[in-house]
Amino acid sequence: MAIYLTKDSRIIVQGMTGAEGRKHTQRMLHAGSQIVGGVTPGKGGQTAGFEGTSLPVFGTVAEAITATGADVSVVFVPPRFAKAAVIEAIDAGIGLIVVITEGIPVHDAAAFCAHAGATGLAASPVRTRIIGPNCPGVITPGASNAGIIPADITGPGRIGLVSKSGTLTYQMMYELRGIGFSTCVGIGGDPVIGTTHIDALRAFEDDPDTAAIVMIGEIGGDAEERAAEYIKAHITKPVVAYIAGFTAPEGKTMGHAGAIVSGSSGTAAAKKDALEAVGVQVGTTPSDTAELMRRVMKSLS
Amino acid sequence: MLDRVGRVDLYEYQAKELFAAHGVPVLPGRVVTSGAQARAAAAELGGAVVVKAQVKTGGRGKAGGVRLAQTPEEAQRTADAILGMDIKGHTVHRVLITPACDIAAEYYLSFLLDRTHRTFLAMASVAGGMDIEEVAASTPEALAKIPVDPRRSVDAATAAEIVRGARFPAEVAEAAAEVAVKLWEVFVAEDATLVEVNPLVLDTHGAIIALDGKVTLDENAAFRHPGHAELADPAGQDPLEARAKARHLNYVKLDGQVGIIGNGAGLVMSTLDVVAYAGRAHGGMRPANFLDIGGGANAQVMADGLDIILGDPDVHSVFVNVFGGITACDQVATGIVQALTILGDTAAKPLVVRLDGNNVAEGRRILAEAAHPLVTMADTMDAAADKAAELAALICAKGA
Repeated sequence: MAIYLTKDSRIIVQGMTGAEGRKHTQRMLHAGSQIVGGVTPGKGGQTAGFEGTSLPVFGTVAEAITATGADVSVVFVPPRFAKAAVIEAIDAGIGLIVVITEGIPVHDAAAFCAHAGATGLAASPVRTRIIGPNCPGVITPGASNAGIIPADITGPGRIGLVSKSGTLTYQMMYELRGIGFSTCVGIGGDPVIGTTHIDALRAFEDDPDTAAIVMIGEIGGDAEERAAEYIKAHITKPVVAYIAGFTAPEGKTMGHAGAIVSGSSGTAAAKKDALEAVGVQVGTTPSDTAELMRRVMKSLS
Repeated sequence: MLDRVGRVDLYEYQAKELFAAHGVPVLPGRVVTSGAQARAAAAELGGAVVVKAQVKTGGRGKAGGVRLAQTPEEAQRTADAILGMDIKGHTVHRVLITPACDIAAEYYLSFLLDRTHRTFLAMASVAGGMDIEEVAASTPEALAKIPVDPRRSVDAATAAEIVRGARFPAEVAEAAAEVAVKLWEVFVAEDATLVEVNPLVLDTHGAIIALDGKVTLDENAAFRHPGHAELADPAGQDPLEARAKARHLNYVKLDGQVGIIGNGAGLVMSTLDVVAYAGRAHGGMRPANFLDIGGGANAQVMADGLDIILGDPDVHSVFVNVFGGITACDQVATGIVQALTILGDTAAKPLVVRLDGNNVAEGRRILAEAAHPLVTMADTMDAAADKAAELAALICAKGA
């Protein structure tokens, strides 16, 4: 099973003919992902050659879906075109969009998240799951890889991982490579993201192949505090957490308004306290966190 | 500061310039850097003026950074007193001279990004002029919060809803709603994550005026706002931070002794924590900086980073912590060796290097072969942090 991404996922790459898109399409193919085509406006009808295969390029996401049955899109489109690309993919009816692009304006991210129905406004139903932007993507080891997470760090197992940080995701996968992961989701550290810690926790709770969950957070916002509330009410599987940023100096915040909305100081200590208060073990270092998880997995076996 | 959100906080006078450009009513003003200029500006504006310290922090009034001056001479004396003041760690380099305003009532109005709900939020209150956090905490019912769908705009109807929600009195409701529509224009057209007017005043002549303003811009949107670059504030920057910025390095100066270089914001933040944690056993050594060389770092970027860190006189030892995802460890190792060769004798500080991930065997081989006397390799992040803190403490002890 796993979450969001399986061996049957049929993936297209928006921006496949650009340098980053090309490089990572090759890596995803190498990892065994079913990449079924690419989308670059104006280049429909062309093909792109990769090691051992060639892939069709479509001018629009809708054409790509009709021709290939794609259900996942990975977006490498540059920031200034990213909003249009994501909205096009939502309108074409794709189920999952993984936005790797770094540097997308927050107004654009807010617009496409709202278009996908991924906001806290009650009236809007979720149409499409968006992961990111500015994220490393999602990997179900041994089955499929949608994004830029290195596929050779670890293999399949029963730990679920959700993280705001790319390299900390890799570090944690490496620390726990002896046990393996059901799915690892890099949700990104931008202020507006399509999939939150809570979304991933909910999916891992429902996933029979996931036995325990590692959650990695960092300073800023109140996503970890809200995840703690969610864990208390809804998560029965063991959760181990790591928070980065205890040493970070207080930000030069000017707008008082921001702090009111989050209802939290956003510090690492506040996040750690909130998680520990609901029984989540929080590691002091990535290695310590991995050790806590190893003990959890041992107790489950 | 280490929040991943790239943002530019504006001074009051800059915020008000943006307000004026979008039709939000503000008073005229002159930004000056000396008492003599303040005197000339006050004479030009005529009548009593207010001299306002331009610093990017709240509580200027309480700190004595906002004062009334009846004459140009008094404006000069007042400006001389305020310029150079320290307000919560911010030195005052400029003051804004603006006409005094006879205030009849003070309100609050803002638009901001609501991270929690991934949408925008309008906030309004009749309790303006006060610390809005205090209002929110003590009398939450006095602060109206109205979500705004990012796909829609704030039109007259939405603006009326905001003003009604905050119970603005009937005689100002229409004018305040007009300001709300224009303030929303600033928020969207300038790609802001915060536009705040506090206070929005009704003066004794019945005019509505944005008397003070805060704006935070989204750095990610700089590509569609060429004019925003000049709003950033190089003067307030640490010299090492300025050098790093010129080389497109994501660097923040801190107050410890262990220099840090890593890849990826999360891993670097974590590295700071692990060093501070390890430092407890070594005389309280702490991280000297944050430096993220990014996801696809090559040899040159590593060399640039090391150059900055080794040039920091506060640094006693350096911890290079790289997990190669996209970054290849052999590139990182080559960068370290190249940088040390270029820097030669000026590189006199011990380096502890921890590499893992993509092409790690080759990376470790390159470092082992170079066998540079300053470089120590470590197998794990925790062990490397411990070693770097230990080395920094030794040098501290020698220096003492």
